[in-house]
Amino acid sequence: MWLWIHKFGSPPHAYRLLGKLAPWFGWPALGLILLATWWGLVKAPADYQQGDAFRILYVHAPSAWMSMFTYVVMAVAAGIGLIWRIKLAHAAAAAAAPIGAAFTFLALVTGSIWGKPMWGTWWVWDARLTSELLLLFLYLGYMALRASFDDPQRADRASAVLAIVGVINVPIIHYSVVWWSTLHQAASVTKLDKPSIALPMLIPLFIMIAGFQLYFGWLICRRLRAEILRRERNASWLKEAN
Amino acid sequence: MRRAAVSAAARLVFTRDLTLAWRRWDEVAQPLIFYVVVTTLFPLATTPDLTELRKIAGGVLWVAALLSSLLALESLFRSDVEDGTMEQWVLSGQPLGWLLLAKVACHWVLTGLPLVVISPIIGTALGLPFDAWGTLIVSLLLGTATLSVLGGIGAALTVGVRRGSVLLSLLVLPLAMPLLIFGSRAVTMAMDGDSPAGPLQLLAAIFFLVLSLGPLAMSAAIRISVES
Repeated sequence: MWLWIHKFGSPPHAYRLLGKLAPWFGWPALGLILLATWWGLVKAPADYQQGDAFRILYVHAPSAWMSMFTYVVMAVAAGIGLIWRIKLAHAAAAAAAPIGAAFTFLALVTGSIWGKPMWGTWWVWDARLTSELLLLFLYLGYMALRASFDDPQRADRASAVLAIVGVINVPIIHYSVVWWSTLHQAASVTKLDKPSIALPMLIPLFIMIAGFQLYFGWLICRRLRAEILRRERNASWLKEAN
Repeated sequence: MRRAAVSAAARLVFTRDLTLAWRRWDEVAQPLIFYVVVTTLFPLATTPDLTELRKIAGGVLWVAALLSSLLALESLFRSDVEDGTMEQWVLSGQPLGWLLLAKVACHWVLTGLPLVVISPIIGTALGLPFDAWGTLIVSLLLGTATLSVLGGIGAALTVGVRRGSVLLSLLVLPLAMPLLIFGSRAVTMAMDGDSPAGPLQLLAAIFFLVLSLGPLAMSAAIRISVES
């Protein structure tokens, strides 16, 4: 297994492998997202309380989920990089951060658009919204810290420490709706007992989440390749590869 | 060479920092003056009416304490890293986490504790009732101590960075927001006559979490900053 990790950890090998993997993520992601969009917008029944407005859920919930998922991926990659000193893991964390920030931003914006017709306001200072906003600030802080070092290795390791410290925020976001009674509705999908959302509405949501996950996989393949290129721009294997 | 015990080394660091601070006490006083000035701004900017001010007193005190602690943090490790002291600590064979914790503890005594001591007076000026004094003091004690450790992590990360102070706030403020929420809620609850035990216990829980894991993160960050 160690041999495999070291083989994969070498930039030329990873670069090739990621290039091969990317379409296997990209095309299914496109298919699933299109399918879920059609299913969610056309086929799924309208909500008896919220009417058609609930349909923004199919963008909002997956991006909120992905915002936390990406942070965990980033923190785990940063931890691996810090403990075993694998440069590729640091590169993966660096590649994941802007994606996570974008998902967080998307979740906040769609939530805000959803909140206007439902709650009558664009923004409320409740626990879930505030903690999601915190997550955005954490991503921004992470990227700012990374950008402020000239030495890439120092940037890697310093921002890895920050990513690991900030991971405390993820359970806070996830359980904020359970711990504080707020305006934001409680979790309706990730409960252990029966989900409190109707099955015909749920199926497209799951397809969309799967699509978003694959889309994330595609993005990370592409971005990691670019990151490898940037870091290895003076390496000799690149000339041989082309 | 005989190595000194950890407690002795930590005590040395603590007394050294106290002595240094004593010789430059005007620098130490700056965050405290900042705290008083910022809290003075709020009545000027909003309303001098005490019944109105009372509603935001808890939040104002907490925000000002947060900003004032941040202000003091920037120079926490800087001079030691620049003159090579920190390098010697890393090489000394003593557990770095304990030395840094002693340094942070000294920093808290110099900047956090004066804030806690003066805040009831400022609170009274903002219309805070006498009944809420206890809650304010306890919440600020826990909050400033937690902030010192959290900020220590941020300061250790940014010590070798250009324009470190802005970056430091960007890193520490998101992590410190739960403290702000629970701290100001505890004060507000105490003013309304409710029992503030819940938020205070949460603050204590965060304090112990940060106290136990913070030194590890701090020493990792310092090693990164010093090594290269």
